[in-house]
Amino acid sequence: MALSLTVNGRNYTVDVEPETPLLWVLRDNMGLTGTKYGCGIARCGTCTVHIDGQVARSCATQAAAAVGKRITTIEGLSPTSTHPVQVAWTELDVPQCGYCQSGQIMAAAALLAKRPRPTDADIDTEMELNLCRCGTYQGIRAAIHRAAAIAGGAR
Amino acid sequence: MTHLDITRRSFIVTTAAAGGGLMIGVAMSGPAHAAAGMKPNPWERPSDKAGQEINAWIVVDPDGTTTIRVGQSEMGQGVFTAMPMLVAEELHVDWKMVKVEYADGNRHVRNNNLYQRMSTGGSGAVRNSRVFLQQAGASARERLREAAAQAWSVPRDQVVAKDSVLTAGNRRGTFAEFATRASQVQLAQEPAIKQSGQFQLLGTTLARLDTPLKVNGTATFGADVKLPGMVHAAVKVVPVRGGKLKSFNFDAIKGRPGVIGAYALKPVDTHPLQTRVDEGVAVVADTYYRALTALNLLPIEWDLGPDVAQTTTAYKAKMAEALKQPGAVGRNDGDTIAAMKTAAKVVEATYYTGYDGHACMEPLNCTVHIAADRVDVWGGFQNPPGALAVVADHLGRQPVDVYTHTTFLGGGFGLRARNHEVRQAAEIARQVGNRPVKMMWTREEDTRHVRGRPAGMSYLRMGLDASGMPIAFYGRYAGHSAAAQNNPTSVANGLDLGSMNGIRDHRYKIAHNLMEGHIRNTNLHTQAYRAPGYEHNLWHFEQFIDEVALAGGKDPLQLRIDLTKDLPDWQMVLNTLKQKSGYRRDLPRGEGMGVAIGESFGSIIGMVAKVTVSRRGQLTIDKFDVVVDCGNLVTPAIVAHQMQSCVVWGVTDAVYRELTIDKGAIVEGNFDTYPLMKINQMPVVETHFALTGGNKWGGIGEPGCPPAAAALGNAVFAATGKRVRDRLINQTDLRWA
Repeated sequence: MALSLTVNGRNYTVDVEPETPLLWVLRDNMGLTGTKYGCGIARCGTCTVHIDGQVARSCATQAAAAVGKRITTIEGLSPTSTHPVQVAWTELDVPQCGYCQSGQIMAAAALLAKRPRPTDADIDTEMELNLCRCGTYQGIRAAIHRAAAIAGGAR
Repeated sequence: MTHLDITRRSFIVTTAAAGGGLMIGVAMSGPAHAAAGMKPNPWERPSDKAGQEINAWIVVDPDGTTTIRVGQSEMGQGVFTAMPMLVAEELHVDWKMVKVEYADGNRHVRNNNLYQRMSTGGSGAVRNSRVFLQQAGASARERLREAAAQAWSVPRDQVVAKDSVLTAGNRRGTFAEFATRASQVQLAQEPAIKQSGQFQLLGTTLARLDTPLKVNGTATFGADVKLPGMVHAAVKVVPVRGGKLKSFNFDAIKGRPGVIGAYALKPVDTHPLQTRVDEGVAVVADTYYRALTALNLLPIEWDLGPDVAQTTTAYKAKMAEALKQPGAVGRNDGDTIAAMKTAAKVVEATYYTGYDGHACMEPLNCTVHIAADRVDVWGGFQNPPGALAVVADHLGRQPVDVYTHTTFLGGGFGLRARNHEVRQAAEIARQVGNRPVKMMWTREEDTRHVRGRPAGMSYLRMGLDASGMPIAFYGRYAGHSAAAQNNPTSVANGLDLGSMNGIRDHRYKIAHNLMEGHIRNTNLHTQAYRAPGYEHNLWHFEQFIDEVALAGGKDPLQLRIDLTKDLPDWQMVLNTLKQKSGYRRDLPRGEGMGVAIGESFGSIIGMVAKVTVSRRGQLTIDKFDVVVDCGNLVTPAIVAHQMQSCVVWGVTDAVYRELTIDKGAIVEGNFDTYPLMKINQMPVVETHFALTGGNKWGGIGEPGCPPAAAALGNAVFAATGKRVRDRLINQTDLRWA
């Protein structure tokens, strides 16, 4: 059936079964492959997007449930890739293989929107469901603190 | 102290200078760069202009943009930055003008292995490519100088090449201006390459060229390949390896939306076992989710085969039984049996490590398009020419008609080295016909059908003299042999030396050594796993060395120093480790430090882990100090990142997860039952360098993994008095009173 979804400020009409996970609609129907498949059960975070500004695991979100909501993916986080999280990630060269990083960055951006100066404990709590097999966690933690400083006006 | 401070401190490069003094330098990442050094599709040319190829590695555009081709595959270890640095060091190109693309696998095969090394593994990218990459850069530089010399009628040695500019007196020209002429220059003799001590670029930290693509979602992984007319395949293979597909009922799903077909996957026995297609079914549809949904609804009948009753317990018992008997001899120096009888004290222990899987964040996938005159293949290949050969073999095509397009790899770690998934994708595409097919595994398939780390068990015995020093070592190993499955002729005599890596080749000065091995394979299929052999065997051996030290009344770190007095590089690593970690054994109960060291893939890496264990047995891993001797550095930040990665790898396997077998099949499936380490479990990792320089260039992707688990195990013992000889640590009762 036809569903109308708003992703990164653009309206898409897609012909999918309503229970189709948003992840696969983004990837296969819209070509937005920055959002990744890792587990399909909301246990790894590679598929993290924002729905109405909140973290959502798109692999466990039915497309029909996202109708009428504001969906943001990594492609829409910043038109120039200069969101403070992206700038901090680039400064510290956080990614290794990079596959989980879209999800890490979306989760970190949502965390900072909620808590502009997160503590290490905040990071532990909010980032716990975003796995990284390469083990970039130390860089992620440092880059979240750095992004908070950038967003707060630091150079 | 915040974690940010710690990370910054981890960039401090500590180099032990001759004479034992220490030079401290600070290398920081560069500023954020605006543009990536490559296309999101990394197999595509990074520039739209017609450039001049000076040699197979180097293309100079009219605007000076210089493309350097990379023969190794980017799976996070930084080859898209380190490899071009090796060329640029000699080329004297302006680094800001450097862009990169993958070397072309088809051209490599057509032109007699033109790019020399296109298989990525064995921590060999730098150490096995460095000389010919430096040579490619130096040769191009000299041709540019010679072209300018001829144009300006001056001797070549008066032409200076620097930052993509050629000068001689008041004459000046760019690399771009002389690129065409340079490509035609014949040199009487190829130039010598720079040696350690002459480098300007190598040893500095440069920003990774691939980072910009990995912070905005544009980097193309295999899973992200998009082609006109492409269809999607979901696969399910027989749950018990060794079983067969009996039948399936396509009628039950053929009316479902988007479904195109269901196809039987049957192995062909003449294909090598290492790439043979597993028995199974593929469902193809217009989107992946439709294919997967239909596959999950497809009625399938399996013949589960002869191993349907196998369990981890039974396989472990077979290994334990084998250890009672002498095995094939893998090391024999001195007279161990006789020396053991003279020992004042004998220490013995048995260690075990089970199966584990790579768990790349990107599940296995591959895209194949078969056309009349050519076949195109896209994927995260660790070995593109191998992928090309598998496809050509499977489809009966000439290798020159197969074109590989290597994507970014969402993790590799050895899993993507042998291309078994490529043959599977080729088989599906063969049945589908003339349209691109992207095949992808689910996480559950990726866990349960992984060709992962072999299980193994070690019985270790050490004889000590009256002073507590080791005099004789006797080890027996029984385990699964990956070589027996992937390269059977290499173990034809029943001896798999590689499976004993990390024990058999220990570097301690012990007068008598005897090491024997048994191959005990099961119905699982194993293959290369980050630091094969070493990764689990060092967990056995380096914990055992701690047991030996304590039994002989020695300090574990000091014993390691005393047993390697003849090895200057080991001495440097261990002494640096002692100094940097503040290793001590007088911490309050519930806190502990543990040391471990290993040499593999050309590098020596020592680690000290610090842990806290609560009375109730709750483990917190506080810190790892890591000391690296890889001889020389290409770029220190990437090495520091790889050390963090290796610690996470080793700890994850020792603490959190293991593959178990029941009813012949792997029990664990997704991250709920087969977890990875999380950010809130991450210790602080601080990397220090103790570089011995010279001609030593060690690997970096793997050798940090083996000591991590052992250092942790030793720290847990120091904190609790409990020795974990059989993983997992988090399933061990660590309570203390």
